[in-house]
Amino acid sequence: MQFIKETNINFTGVKKIAFCLSLTLIAVSIISLFIHKGPRYGVDFSGGSAVQVKFTDAVDIASVKKGLKPAGLEGASVQRFGSDSDHEFQIRTKQAFMADSSFAPKVKQALGESTGVEVKDLSLDMVGPQVSKDLRQKALLAMFYALLFIIIYISGRFELKWGLSGALAAILGGAVYGVTQLQSIAFVSSGMPFLIVLALVISIIFCWYLELKYAMGAIIALVHDITITVGIFSLLDVEFTLPIVAALLTIIGYSLNDTIIVFDRIRENGKKYTKKPLDFIINRSVNETLSRTILTSLTTLVVVVALYVLGGGVIHDFAFAMIIGVVTGTYSSIYVASPILLAWKTDEN
Amino acid sequence: MKNLSWRLIAVLVVIIMAAVYILPTATMYIKGTSEPEIWPHKKINLGLDLQGGMHLVLEVQTEKAVENAMSLKISDIRQALRKHTMKNRGVTLVPQSTKLHVKLLSADDLPAFRGIIADDFQDLAVSDTSESGSLTLVTLSMKADEAERVRKFAADQALETIRNRIDEFGVSEPDIRKQGDDRILIQLPGVTDTKAAKDLIGKTAILEFRLVDEDGDVQTALASHAPAGSELLNLVHKDPVSGVESSTPMLIKKRVLLTGDSLTDARILFDNMTNEPYVSIEFDRKGARIFGKITGANVNRRLAIVLDDTVYSAPVIRDRIAGGRAQITGGFTMEEARVLSIALRAGALPAPVKILEERTVGPTLGADSIRKGIWSMLIGGLAVIVFMVVYYKGSGLIADVALILNVLLIAAGLAAFQATLTLPGIAGIILTIGMAVDANVLIFERIREELNLGQSPMAAVEAGFDKATLTILDANVTTLIAAMVLFQFGSGPVKGFAVTLGIGILSSLFTALVVSRLLFDSILQKANVKTLSI
Repeated sequence: MQFIKETNINFTGVKKIAFCLSLTLIAVSIISLFIHKGPRYGVDFSGGSAVQVKFTDAVDIASVKKGLKPAGLEGASVQRFGSDSDHEFQIRTKQAFMADSSFAPKVKQALGESTGVEVKDLSLDMVGPQVSKDLRQKALLAMFYALLFIIIYISGRFELKWGLSGALAAILGGAVYGVTQLQSIAFVSSGMPFLIVLALVISIIFCWYLELKYAMGAIIALVHDITITVGIFSLLDVEFTLPIVAALLTIIGYSLNDTIIVFDRIRENGKKYTKKPLDFIINRSVNETLSRTILTSLTTLVVVVALYVLGGGVIHDFAFAMIIGVVTGTYSSIYVASPILLAWKTDEN
Repeated sequence: MKNLSWRLIAVLVVIIMAAVYILPTATMYIKGTSEPEIWPHKKINLGLDLQGGMHLVLEVQTEKAVENAMSLKISDIRQALRKHTMKNRGVTLVPQSTKLHVKLLSADDLPAFRGIIADDFQDLAVSDTSESGSLTLVTLSMKADEAERVRKFAADQALETIRNRIDEFGVSEPDIRKQGDDRILIQLPGVTDTKAAKDLIGKTAILEFRLVDEDGDVQTALASHAPAGSELLNLVHKDPVSGVESSTPMLIKKRVLLTGDSLTDARILFDNMTNEPYVSIEFDRKGARIFGKITGANVNRRLAIVLDDTVYSAPVIRDRIAGGRAQITGGFTMEEARVLSIALRAGALPAPVKILEERTVGPTLGADSIRKGIWSMLIGGLAVIVFMVVYYKGSGLIADVALILNVLLIAAGLAAFQATLTLPGIAGIILTIGMAVDANVLIFERIREELNLGQSPMAAVEAGFDKATLTILDANVTTLIAAMVLFQFGSGPVKGFAVTLGIGILSSLFTALVVSRLLFDSILQKANVKTLSI
């Protein structure tokens, strides 16, 4: 059985259209994020409120969840407390409802109706974020440093520019590290996301000037995928939670894997067809790896769609992010990462 | 014929090792026990979001922090009064409050005293004055906004200190949050040693070095009151054999010469003679200098090591101690010494904490979400397995075997490294499964290309693996680099993701390049087939 045989699709020919599509999606994402002032953070990031609720008799967690929406707590997490005989749960939500004195009776009634069991006790309190600002900054820095190492490896393997990319990564890494140290000394701890974005832009610019083509292609594909995924979350106003960060990390790994395999084929065909122009080689390589690209996306999508359809609550959102990421990642490997290699060719003409 | 022996042996060894590490977890699940019963006694740890664990609510006694801050000002105020030659009969902390009493000998000094407070102690305010015979009693309190700042700092600092202690304790990915103004909410996944956890979290761990008051009389102090500048504390000693704890009252000077703030390290060592554990502490440069000066000025006197108002030991100073090291002995058990060293390394709590609530809790994701997640992953995995067989026929079976072995190896790796599995970790596993399938797909597509070129099955397999290997290595090494960097610089959920991703990549490389190859070669070798089922 074979789905795809000997295709000869002209991918590079439509690269302008693909670029326009990508830029449009990215622009929409950025505008949406700007308007909404970033993604809608869940309770893990922004903190919020905790409702402690105790029932008079045994209830199952699913029926408690059913009462969340009429209680005005849609999307909150529910956690069993104590032993089963305690009949107690904690509900966490990012809303700040302490000022609303009518909230408690409303929750009491809604949960009582959804479970069919009377609410014996209910208390409200504020909770801080699980992921502190410091932790968020560490995560962002970790991802940026990972990106620098990837630049070194890709430039070394595909263009034999180990020294050049190593120096670039060292300078950028040192600069970011220095700035963060200065910030911590001055007790100025804001603007970390901005710093990382700025560092990313500078990285891309340097790759351009130093002609680190493959590294630049890979990074742009990564940024493309993440921006669109986060942007769609912002557009749809889906809550940004800790599991979704895991999904974003997965998308990064997935997109990178896809891109590397296409690059590897380009390198191989470059040696094989030394007389052919670069766009021919790229087209050939993308076509040759197309069956593998689609198959891998398909198998991963099967698992993720199953999670999306059958999983509940948090897993549902997590799977949604994964689906967007897999689709976007597959698209960017074909239409974004490889055609970028042609950017310098145009300059040569 | 290629030699398959070494590879077969290697694969079998790996499979056996994996089974050994998975068996404890599997046995636990089947029997429903809470601890692994079979060697090597290592199980897959689940995080809070998948399993739940221990839940604590602590209250930071922030009023105590304000009280402590006021205590620290007593000596400063005394010095200021001396400098201005203002006669007084003592500056004292009003018991059970955050106010200070100053007894002035002359009412005429009151305006000047107010001036001193306004100029040099801007965070204090005179809240009351009264005459008592010939004395003027002035009550000082901390200004409202300053007190609020101290309280907030105490709560925030306590949160950070407790977070550091829990990190040291070895629990992965706890949930630690501030709740309200002065409470800390802590959830620890799967913690069974609740006593040690509570000891660690609740211990204030204020370490002080103070001189023993050898001039005063303990009996007199017990009968009436301690001499000025001293107080009664208990020297606690535990018999290491019987575990019996004895308590001896001891007069200790109130002046604190050195505190735990100057510590750079605290670790467990063992006494050469008795083999008892004790805590060795090391001071920073400034602390070492102070310690040297203290011990140099007090040779042949006794120096008490006081922890949370309990004297642990009071050795005689034989010589000036210049190295900046000291020891805390006290008949500790191993666990007690460990908890103490962690608490000292993480720093003292700025104020005592009280445990308000202690519960066991279910998973934060919700037990039903987890069941659904597992169910849907099984369905998805099954769909992938079926698809591979349909698409690649016999070779698809080989890929499926490799995939299942891959999952087995990941589970074994998690158990062996005692990593904590959370939803981010599961995300790493999903990515790894996708990449494991991808590796096999790469190989199979290459083999197909070789077959289309007219190669024989054996030659096609050979060439397919050769060409695909480099691609697979490039793709996986890149992601492995990302995983290693995320592990090194990340923390919490990012780290958990990196662990499963790293383990997964290594196992998928092994199963794709070694196991699949072994299966292919075995089949081709035996059947001497003319056609390849792919």
